[in-house]
Amino acid sequence: MSAISMILVVLVAFLAGMGGILDEFQFHQPLVACTLIGLVTGNLEAGIILGGSLQMIALGWANIGAAVAPDAALAAVASAIILVQGGQGVKGVGPAIAIAIPLAVAGLFLTMLARTIAVPIVHFMDAAAEEGNFRKIEMWQIIGIVMQGLRIAIPAAALLVIPSSAVRGFLESMPAWLNEGMTIGGGMVVAVGYAMVINMMATREVWPFFAIGFVIAAVSDLTLIALGALGVSFGLIYLELKKNAGNGGNNGGSSNTGDPLGDILNDYE
Amino acid sequence: MAESRVKLSKKDRLAVAWRSTFLQGSWNYERMQNGGWCFSMIPAIKKLYKTKEDRAAALKRHLEFFNTHPYVASPILGVTLALEEDRANGTEVDDAAIQGVKVGMMGPLAGVGDPVFWFTLRPMLGALGASLALGGNILGPIIFFVAWNIIRWAFMWYTQEFGYKAGSKITDDMSGGMLQYVTSLASIMGMFVLGGLIERWVNITFKPTVSTVKLQDGAYIQWDKLPKGAEGIKEALIQYNNGKGLSLTSEKVTTLQDNLNSLIPGLAALLLTFLCMWLLKKKVSPIIIIIAIFIVGILGHVVGLL
Repeated sequence: MSAISMILVVLVAFLAGMGGILDEFQFHQPLVACTLIGLVTGNLEAGIILGGSLQMIALGWANIGAAVAPDAALAAVASAIILVQGGQGVKGVGPAIAIAIPLAVAGLFLTMLARTIAVPIVHFMDAAAEEGNFRKIEMWQIIGIVMQGLRIAIPAAALLVIPSSAVRGFLESMPAWLNEGMTIGGGMVVAVGYAMVINMMATREVWPFFAIGFVIAAVSDLTLIALGALGVSFGLIYLELKKNAGNGGNNGGSSNTGDPLGDILNDYE
Repeated sequence: MAESRVKLSKKDRLAVAWRSTFLQGSWNYERMQNGGWCFSMIPAIKKLYKTKEDRAAALKRHLEFFNTHPYVASPILGVTLALEEDRANGTEVDDAAIQGVKVGMMGPLAGVGDPVFWFTLRPMLGALGASLALGGNILGPIIFFVAWNIIRWAFMWYTQEFGYKAGSKITDDMSGGMLQYVTSLASIMGMFVLGGLIERWVNITFKPTVSTVKLQDGAYIQWDKLPKGAEGIKEALIQYNNGKGLSLTSEKVTTLQDNLNSLIPGLAALLLTFLCMWLLKKKVSPIIIIIAIFIVGILGHVVGLL
């Protein structure tokens, strides 16, 4: 890998690290991060495919409140670097995904570390506020963001330093059954993300829509955009009907936001 | 009284909106988004307050605990800007009122932002982009990135403006019908799409063969009786596809997966998802579940089940 490529990879990693905490530009989403790393290292196609595959797994990963989701940024950046260094092109996507998952877990630790380091940072801000010093507060905010960028950029740089022959050797030493098994696991692991999302959203009211979506998706002619259009339409129709029913007189008694399946799951000790 | 009213110009409000992009930059376990919030308010505080004491007080006021979904912070910023503007112009708006608006709005709005952005829009745009990307199509990531940022920026700017114009009234507006409507619609749409995604993207294929049936003569293509060369290929395709619909091999293999699919496609994926939901409700860490699934995948493959 050329020096320029390496610098660009670290830069992408820095952006991904910032994106991971800011959650604004989405540079940390595998779809974007893997593609960019593929782009700057001349492995565009493999990068895009890896990004797409990881994105599928990471769909439901989100930072809710103070909880931290598995770290998509580190998973995306590190697995893309390993993919590139492994030199297997598109064929290396499967093993790269399998490596990405433990990295996403390891990334959690770094995230928690960074968020703890940020505590003294806001105390410095308090002190600056006491003096009415705008500059200092701005400076500390920027330091906080830079620290989050380094959270991913440093591991990425470390991975770059490891010779690609070592990475390749490690990948080739993995037996086929392990590779294939991990790929199969990768196909199933998506369910965890969806389960997290459903647990957040499910109410008695919306379960039927889940069932309809599940059944309709079996019609493989329907693209995701078509499914989205159906979903919005069902939602609008339902809410309109519900509003009319409410106006029709009996407005009470339908305020159930229980989650029957959740209750069943809870009862099932 | 003689002094004219200090007003926040559009430029000031744009500066605040731009800075709010970095709201979570100093996210910390103690007061969460407070640093970023204060950082976002700085252009407004600079404009509205001139004495050092006022500025210091304003900065401290905005370093209090704050945490919501990063995008729906925008309408809250808008309302806070309106309140601060009133205060700077001598209206009686005390610290408690400003803090009350912030805290009062951040909870319910996070309840809108999380399902709408993280659980509906991002999975949908992500799945759309990823399904293109799986084929190596560069449009996948580009569509995802561009569409997301346009939607995000438009949402942040217009809701901040809306919050600023509505001032303190927004809390009433938002806690009324509109908020509920948007939340309901998002969760209906989200659940619908989730059902679809589980069917499409959770892959479980059971390998074991349930039965192998020897087909009768004439139900399959007899390869050794075809003419040679291209003529033979043509004949085979004709027999396979139109009219006769002959089988390619002399045996009909039914796998466990075929049987399950004839019940309903994706059943195993659905059951796996329910299992995960149950485990999550039992407070099992998602990481442990993920690792367990990988182990099951590897073991299942080794014993020939998957």
